[in-house]
Amino acid sequence: MDTFKKLKQFFWPYKKYFLLSIFFLFFVTVITVVYPIILQQTIDIVVLADRYELIPYISAVFLLLMIIKGVATFYHQYLGDLFGITAVYKLRDELYNKLQKLSFKYYDNAKTGDIMSRLTADVEGFRFFLSFGFSELIRIVLLIVVSLSVMFYFSTPLALVTMAAMPFLGVVVYQFDKRVHPAFRKIRKSFGRLNTRVQENISGMNTVKSLSREDFEIGRFSNSNDNYRQNYLKTSYIWSKYFPLMEFIGNFCAIALLAYGGYLVVDGQLSIGALVAFFSLVWYIMGPLMNLGFVVNQFSQAKASAERLLEILEAKEDITEENTAINQRIEGSVTFDHVTLTYSKDDDSALKDISFDAPSGKVIGLIGSTGSGKTSITQLITRFYEPEKGEVRIDGRPVSDYQLKTLRKAIGFVLQEPFLFSTSIKANIAYGAPDVSEEQIIDAAKRAQAHDFIMKMPNGYETMLGERGMGLSGGQKQRIAIARAICINPSILVLDDATSAVDMETEFKIQQALKEVMKGRTSFIIAHRISSLKHADEILVLEDGEVIERGTHDFLVENQGTYQRIYNIQYRDREEIMKRQRA
Amino acid sequence: MAKGSNEVESKHLQRFHYTLDQAIEKPFNWKQMWRLLVYLKPYSKNYLPAAVIAMLISTAVRLIVPILIGKVAIDVAIADKDITMLTYLVIGIGVLYLLSYVGNVYRIKWVNILGQNVIYDIRQHLFSHIQRLSHRFFDSRSAGSILVRIMNDINSLQELFTNGIINLLMDVVTLVGIIVILFVLSPKLALAIMVILPLMFYLTTKLRRMIRRSWQSVRIQQSRMNSHLNEGLQGMRITQSFSQEAENGEYFHGVNTDNFNSWKDATKKSAMFRPFVEMSNAIGTIILIAYGSYLILVGVENGGIEIGDFVTFAFFIGMFWDPISRLGQMYNQMLMAMAASERIFEFLDERPNVKEQEGAHEFIDMIGDIEFDKVEFSYDQERIALHEISIHIQAGQTIALVGHTGSGKSTIANLISRFYDPTKGTVKIDGYDLKQVTLASLRSKISVVLQDTFIFSGTIMENIRFGNPNATNEEVIQAAKVVGADEFIQRLANGYETEVEERGNILSAGERQLLSFARALLANPSILILDEATASIDTETEVKIQEALGRLLKGRTAIIIAHRLSTIREADTIFVLEQGRVLESGSHEELMDKREEYFSLVKSQFQMLDAM
Repeated sequence: MDTFKKLKQFFWPYKKYFLLSIFFLFFVTVITVVYPIILQQTIDIVVLADRYELIPYISAVFLLLMIIKGVATFYHQYLGDLFGITAVYKLRDELYNKLQKLSFKYYDNAKTGDIMSRLTADVEGFRFFLSFGFSELIRIVLLIVVSLSVMFYFSTPLALVTMAAMPFLGVVVYQFDKRVHPAFRKIRKSFGRLNTRVQENISGMNTVKSLSREDFEIGRFSNSNDNYRQNYLKTSYIWSKYFPLMEFIGNFCAIALLAYGGYLVVDGQLSIGALVAFFSLVWYIMGPLMNLGFVVNQFSQAKASAERLLEILEAKEDITEENTAINQRIEGSVTFDHVTLTYSKDDDSALKDISFDAPSGKVIGLIGSTGSGKTSITQLITRFYEPEKGEVRIDGRPVSDYQLKTLRKAIGFVLQEPFLFSTSIKANIAYGAPDVSEEQIIDAAKRAQAHDFIMKMPNGYETMLGERGMGLSGGQKQRIAIARAICINPSILVLDDATSAVDMETEFKIQQALKEVMKGRTSFIIAHRISSLKHADEILVLEDGEVIERGTHDFLVENQGTYQRIYNIQYRDREEIMKRQRA
Repeated sequence: MAKGSNEVESKHLQRFHYTLDQAIEKPFNWKQMWRLLVYLKPYSKNYLPAAVIAMLISTAVRLIVPILIGKVAIDVAIADKDITMLTYLVIGIGVLYLLSYVGNVYRIKWVNILGQNVIYDIRQHLFSHIQRLSHRFFDSRSAGSILVRIMNDINSLQELFTNGIINLLMDVVTLVGIIVILFVLSPKLALAIMVILPLMFYLTTKLRRMIRRSWQSVRIQQSRMNSHLNEGLQGMRITQSFSQEAENGEYFHGVNTDNFNSWKDATKKSAMFRPFVEMSNAIGTIILIAYGSYLILVGVENGGIEIGDFVTFAFFIGMFWDPISRLGQMYNQMLMAMAASERIFEFLDERPNVKEQEGAHEFIDMIGDIEFDKVEFSYDQERIALHEISIHIQAGQTIALVGHTGSGKSTIANLISRFYDPTKGTVKIDGYDLKQVTLASLRSKISVVLQDTFIFSGTIMENIRFGNPNATNEEVIQAAKVVGADEFIQRLANGYETEVEERGNILSAGERQLLSFARALLANPSILILDEATASIDTETEVKIQEALGRLLKGRTAIIIAHRLSTIREADTIFVLEQGRVLESGSHEELMDKREEYFSLVKSQFQMLDAM
């Protein structure tokens, strides 16, 4: 119950829906049990006692009751549902806002699929329990109690005989639920595996086809496909074993009822009407009992769901703003003062004692192999992570002194893999500054060399980009991403390997664009190609989180170090050309 | 669509746009239904008839027992105080119930076996079919839309094939049975009670349709919400970089509110259903009470009924609703199945654009001698990708294709693997026209290493073995050693048993590429095609890869496609392509000496580099 208490703020404000729903439920249940009584009255009083003048009254009462029941049923269900959907409505907003505040560190360890399943399946599980599960539990108990009371009122011995099989039903229901739920989980898991198998196959279709592994894939698929079938069938076997048995026990009660009840009627101890009423009452008890296991299981599942939701809601926000954080224009001088960064305790430090100074408007180049710490440097400037030791300063103040929005609005990011959203090209460019004018958007696109190809699209700037910006080439996506970064008019520009995935001509175009864009901004360029960063005011060569060489291109190229080695590989043909051209 | 709630309207409500699959149901179509039913054929001699018989048994019992209780037990045994008869009756009904129990056990079992086998068959059919489709098919569709058809659309047929068809039969039998029995017992009362039938039908069709529509709009809202959540999570880093948390929050609040409102509307409509149903049942009961007791008063001799008839009627009225309700559901299910099967059949009707001829040649040993004889090719009518290309690549040679984007480099590679057929001319390997060889034997001798290699979820070992599923662990490790991947694999926490996945960040781009080399080596192809294989790798890694490449290419015909000319200088022959034509060819030295196209290409690259 503790779990639900923690989530109380989401459903307790709406308790009036729930309480009203239960109030109406009470009417529904009582009137349900009235039906067999009316039947009994009709048979015993009207038919057997020949008092047919009562029929209009009985009919009128019955009709009235059914109308009341109809209204009550409506409000019971509607208010119950409203209780659940209002609660998860608030919960979803809260979850979404929370997720936006969680830091990169959280997302480093989280899988999108897992978070998604919490946001969908677990939220739904929680809703279902609020809307339906809890009040269903009350309904079942209420219905059984009222029906039993009526039965005992009619005839205690007959009620006892009829209900003799009830414990057996209890055992069967218990056994069934114990088996069927794990089996259902297996079906879901198996379906998940099948889904992953197909998804990987389609996403990796180029790889499959290039190695002509189609038959192998069909084989793997049919294993998963068969596994799903087998799991499904196993569950249906459990179903086929227990469900008819439950029905049989219910029927057995009906036989006991017929035998003993018939005897009682013959003996004159019971009216025929009461016997007929019993036949209905039996199923009012058996039906809910069969469902009891399902409801109890709903409860434990809702609890598990609630726990998974709490994990998100209670996740630590490790990058927070001080109350005293300032909002002040950032000029763009960046200083690293003996900075060490460790992502998680088990790993080596990603950055070790890094110091450098990037005065406003200067260009810093970062080069080094994958994992050497280039990206980590830029992520500390935006405060996506906090350094373990040392300090990162912008305009002389530690980055944590600034409001996050102030800080990040001053930094434009372009990543190797440009992520574009499902919306128009225009809105994608204006993503960081939704209020900019159309002219500013077009200006940003022009400066990113994107304007021309955008104009060639059928809908120009209004062209919609679907699923991860499909329909555009890598170079085009990258230029839109650059326009997006320019559009916020940042003081600091970070280009994280922005051009490695495009072909030479596109790279050339982009580099031309960038040159123009970098004017007047402090820029950090991460690249594999020397051509991309040789104009930098200072180049840092990184290895295993340490700066092993630093200086200008002209200095480094003669420095007999890593940089020179990379240069020689990339430019080996150049000498040859020079030679031939001279010749 | 419901507008945002009472709060201040946000201007970010239209921030994102998601395309949603709206057609959840389609009108009934016999032809399509028939095509679906064909999947039942393999089971038409075993599970199908068996399930029907089991179903008939339990349905018959359900119909007989109320008569026995009402007509025989109450009217005869109890009325005549005949205890012996009552005992026989109890035993008789007990036996019937036992029979129904057995019937139910086997019905559930067989129905599920039938349904699952059919679903398995359809899914297997669709998946296998899709494997054979050409690049063109995958180029024009997103992975998600293909996945939805194989998984969700087929699943929405599951209910139809498992319970749907048998339930349809069962409900029709039950309904007809009840009506017949009621008319036999008392045509007058039966007729009077039948007035509720139109009401019930109305409810099941009209009201249900209205409810279904409102749930559809909930589903659309939900899928919009989920699309955004999914994208939002994947783009979270961008959102935080551009500090758009608050704006996105407003957008989501709008989506969430729309979802809430449509849900509220659907709930309200759904909540009306039960009361209406019960009311129509109540009307039936009132007719029974009023007219039924009047008929008892009249007496059997004057065309009236006995108490037992009355009771039997009461039982059957209770049983009336279920089958009608299920038939209504069944109809909905059919409409959904129509939409799903239409999408499934659309894929099944796609034909691979390269076909295998009968009696095609099977490559056993391929030498790898490739010849293009006046090959012309166009992807569509308008643009010609290759103009009368004639080249000869001798077995064991390494050739390179260079040129700008769109010059036709990848097209040549695609024709060698026969992902497409040339529009004119022939492509031959070892003298066989590719149209006259089997696709499987051709492609199993060719490996393509792409710029972006897909990592399947599983261990490193399994990922390399993808190149040749029959390879032993030793062979896998040997292949990794040859291409220089062994070193970094050994450094991973669990070595070759390390679990990796496509979106995981355990492997760098260079390491992924080394894995794909190991894969290709393990496949032991006669022809190897490297399509921009080293484009996105840092220089240090590239040097390692170049070394690995030398070992990989040994003894094979190799085709290297590259933008960056530094990677191809070792090739035996370099072909310079432009707009689908070969401008010149020769070795690096020869072409450099010629100082023509290749030379200016190399030069322009360095000019670009200098200008950057």
